[in-house]
Amino acid sequence: MTSRVPPSSAESPEAPSAPTRSSSENPARALADYVLGLGDDALVAAQRMGEWIAKAPQIEEDVALGNIALDLLGQARSLLTYAGSLLDPPRSEDDLAYLREAGDFRCVHLVERPGGDFGVAVARLLILSAYHCELYAALSASRDGTLAGIAAKAVKEVDYHRDHATLWTLRLGDGTNESHTRMQAALAAEWPYVEELFDGSHLDPALVQRGVAVDPATLRTAFYRRVSQVVDQATLVLPGTVPAEGGGRCGRHTEHLESLLADLQGLTRAHPGATW
Amino acid sequence: MYGNDFASPSDAPSASPEPVEPGLEDFWRIVGEDGRIEPRDAMPEDYRSSLVRQIAQHAHSEIIGMQPEGEWISRAPSLRRKAILMAKVQDEAGHGLYLYAAAETLGVDRAELLDMLHTGRQKYSSIFNYPTLTWADIGTIGWLVDGAAIVNQVPLCRCSYGPYARAMVRVCKEESFHQRQGFEALYTLSHGTPQQHEMAQDAVDRWWWPSLMMFGPHDSGPHATAGHTAKSMAWGVKRFSNDDLRQRFVDMTVPQAEALGLTLPDPDLRWNESRGHYDFGEIDFNELFEVIKGNGPCNAERMANRRRAHEEGAWVREAATAYAEKTAARRTAGAA
Ligand SMILES: [Fe+2]
Ligand SMILES: [Fe+2]
Repeated sequence: MTSRVPPSSAESPEAPSAPTRSSSENPARALADYVLGLGDDALVAAQRMGEWIAKAPQIEEDVALGNIALDLLGQARSLLTYAGSLLDPPRSEDDLAYLREAGDFRCVHLVERPGGDFGVAVARLLILSAYHCELYAALSASRDGTLAGIAAKAVKEVDYHRDHATLWTLRLGDGTNESHTRMQAALAAEWPYVEELFDGSHLDPALVQRGVAVDPATLRTAFYRRVSQVVDQATLVLPGTVPAEGGGRCGRHTEHLESLLADLQGLTRAHPGATW
Repeated sequence: MYGNDFASPSDAPSASPEPVEPGLEDFWRIVGEDGRIEPRDAMPEDYRSSLVRQIAQHAHSEIIGMQPEGEWISRAPSLRRKAILMAKVQDEAGHGLYLYAAAETLGVDRAELLDMLHTGRQKYSSIFNYPTLTWADIGTIGWLVDGAAIVNQVPLCRCSYGPYARAMVRVCKEESFHQRQGFEALYTLSHGTPQQHEMAQDAVDRWWWPSLMMFGPHDSGPHATAGHTAKSMAWGVKRFSNDDLRQRFVDMTVPQAEALGLTLPDPDLRWNESRGHYDFGEIDFNELFEVIKGNGPCNAERMANRRRAHEEGAWVREAATAYAEKTAARRTAGAA
């Protein structure tokens, strides 16, 4: 176990309580949990993507990956702000980002694992953006107006992310022998984390029935169609790997989330109550 | 460097009088009329090479300058500050791109210039060889370093080389945005908890003198013919001396420090009624020259990071080139 959190913060009165299991008896809570999952995916993905700024293979990519990280961070902020408003007592985006423990996060494992080479970043972005495109397109028809609004804005952003990831998948897959090998290895490394995106077992069925949430399982076909097309065109093959266990949506995470959060939250937690 | 062109005394060229070359009448006329020289115009060879060096060093500074602030993106203390910082560092990458593009109009290419940076044959602004120790360094850099960069760069918006001048117009707009954001971040710290205030003061104490050094060595009075200043002024590239620009920066910054509720670490700093300017203490240029020579606190680390990013990205750039060639070949084959 890594110890990471300054001792004071654990008892901090401002620390939001851990989200409890979704429950049909508490629709606001169930919706908050759902939105937290989406927001945490975006936040943690933005944090990982941000690591590329000043380290990219060329300056154009510092700019492009910076753009993508900013989009994801913007989505995270909208989603966390909304999730926080549904909680009792209400929480701010920063309460949720900075004062929750790893076990209270609802992101999938795909986004929390450490970045590898540029091929891994591309593979991961291809997967995440293809999923996001289907998700936000469906969610922009949500009966929940706030969620629909956030999704409608995000859908244009993630469309650009998918284009960017597609372009690089083609370049790396159909570039040199080395890039082909590396891109294939990157896909193999990321592929076990795809299925977790489409697992809706954590989700309150009432939210889906009411047309508020999207059952992620319904996005799977379109996702695979799109991604396999790109992979094919890039002269790569879809890996046949066994899905990893998952559990991020229920707060079971890889050990990497702990260290990511130590970095993200450390300064804020060292100054309880301060404004920045 | 960083919009101001100078080197340590050991490698400063001696300013020789401009040789009168035939075919350059138009050049001197345009410069004399305060017009713009464009890439296709005839120009003195040392005008060209000196601009290449200056623009490249400026571009390198933008790129290396991403590192000290980039280190805090993951640790920014609120999501709003994280977004502002990400956008800022990304802007600096954009500045690098504009500037490399401006240098390329003079007949060099970016890969060549990056190679000069990576092998130490071209330099970048020494300010980025200081470490960012706390979060307050981020606000302080925006306020002081971007602030000093603006003072250096605003006159370059009127410099005689068109592509450089135009790049500077775009860059300056964004730099002034960075400067205000830095000021605002620092203001929040200064008026926050006692620890936050202390953090802000400590950062300003560390960055003040290096910021003054960004304007380069003395080049007025008895120093007026040293370094590149005299030539650069004759060419319409440099408009004001280092010392004039530094004074402008000090005069602008002192009232801002008061508004921030922070002090500047110079006991000699005081308003001089007769000059109409602030007097300030003697700058330790030995420190600057040591940092330029590579002995600053972070020189080695900044260069190692830059080289690593470049080397680790080589296979990616090669793949992009190979893919572009393949698709072009397919297109030709398809058209045939
Ligand atoms: Fe800049
Ligand atoms: Fe800037």
